[in-house]
Amino acid sequence: MLRRRVIPCLDVANGRVVKGTRFVDLVDEGDPAELAARYADEGADELVFLDIAAAPEGRATLLDVVEQTARRAFIPLTVGGGVGSVDAMRDVLRAGADKVSLNTSAVADPDLIRRCAARFGRQAVVVAIDARRIPVDIATAPRWEVLVRGGRDVTGLDAVAWAVRAAELGAGELLVTSIDRDGTQSGYDTDLLRAITSRVSVPVIASGGAAGPIDFVTAVTAGGADAILAASIFHRRLYSIADVKRALLLAGLPVRVTPGVAA
Amino acid sequence: MPGAEPVRTRAPGPLRVAVVDYGAGNLVSIDQALTFVGVAVRLATGPDDLEGADALIVPGVGAAAPAMDRLARAGLVDPIRRWIATGRPYLGICLGLQLLFEGSDEDGAETLGVLPGRTVLLANAPTLPHIGWNQVNRRRDHTLFAGIDDGADLYFVHSYAGAPGGMAGEAAILAETDHGDRFVSAIHRGNVLGVQFHPERSGGTGMRLLGNFVRWATALSAGAGAERSPVGAGGTAGGD
Repeated sequence: MLRRRVIPCLDVANGRVVKGTRFVDLVDEGDPAELAARYADEGADELVFLDIAAAPEGRATLLDVVEQTARRAFIPLTVGGGVGSVDAMRDVLRAGADKVSLNTSAVADPDLIRRCAARFGRQAVVVAIDARRIPVDIATAPRWEVLVRGGRDVTGLDAVAWAVRAAELGAGELLVTSIDRDGTQSGYDTDLLRAITSRVSVPVIASGGAAGPIDFVTAVTAGGADAILAASIFHRRLYSIADVKRALLLAGLPVRVTPGVAA
Repeated sequence: MPGAEPVRTRAPGPLRVAVVDYGAGNLVSIDQALTFVGVAVRLATGPDDLEGADALIVPGVGAAAPAMDRLARAGLVDPIRRWIATGRPYLGICLGLQLLFEGSDEDGAETLGVLPGRTVLLANAPTLPHIGWNQVNRRRDHTLFAGIDDGADLYFVHSYAGAPGGMAGEAAILAETDHGDRFVSAIHRGNVLGVQFHPERSGGTGMRLLGNFVRWATALSAGAGAERSPVGAGGTAGGD
């Protein structure tokens, strides 16, 4: 049976791992290659690197980190942040990444998803969606809008409609982040996840808001997520990957058994 | 005692593995993983690059028709068929497994036709593509899985899988995996191995499996010439 994946996320700016709250107030969390190696050893099912500065010199540093990690970790690596063309995607794959996540550039040019999928296969194309809840009265079904440029720009796009379109255009996976929950440790937005997982057949990775192992469980059971991503709780060693996998196992969810997780 | 030595047709030193580079997917990770398990890797973009190689790996992701087109343009279709027909070690990974069958339902492409059967869409799959770690359940033992638990998790990324046809195809099934319906996740026939998962991205288990492939290919190429049993002969060469 297909395992639910636990994925640590490394937000990288200027060669360092950083983490903020709702995409701002960044705190230094360590060296990316060191953290990546630690997570691979601890049983991460994949790793995601997001270049949140997306400056040219930072990109070179990040690709260097990806290459070092790829030479010893041998688990799937996804790289995102500022990739805006088929050529840029090729460079990232050449560094040893298996997948590239497109965000702002895909909203500006949705056909980029199709071109990248045609060139490298849809399995290599992850579309990342940063979604924010639109305030509505209690009687109305919840809605979310898409924000881009690291949460700075509002697009007016409906997040669920965009998710459906991205999958149609060739996204092999969707990485769905709740901006409202990001870094707040208040749990994943399971309404958002369910709204999307009920409409698409591609795997959905939940992101934003994990406080503890139980949140990973509800992202799957209530949100329908295929994989669960987190940053702060792993970087700060509040919980280990094994802690999260044990909670998923206890809830009857299939996980890849790795060090510290009982069979 | 020179007479006690097995007949060797290859030079001593690390196994020389040609990895077919035909633009169907990312070769960096396979190159890195094979280097890690200690073989000499050469990326093969044309028939000349197969010269002097001891084993052939065909990786790749994506659809069959563009892959066959690119193999044809590189002049590699017949050399790959000949490689297999002459009993030399072959490992197909993902698309490299699917291409062994007669054709693909994905785009109607005619493929290598080394094994009876077709590549078909995963039936009743809850999500597509099938992405992530899943259990590989063995039908029978083989060197490829030495030291790896039955039901071990390996990493998959695909929507289609080979469906072996007839008794010969059925006999080639080495392992199966469930995603919706059960599909074939590893095959072995004679000098041909194929895996639907990606050992190069399957952590320690994947590295062990690639190391096992190297041992199997080394034994097969050491015995080559004397007792080859290529796919056409329906034999079971190598240590299973």
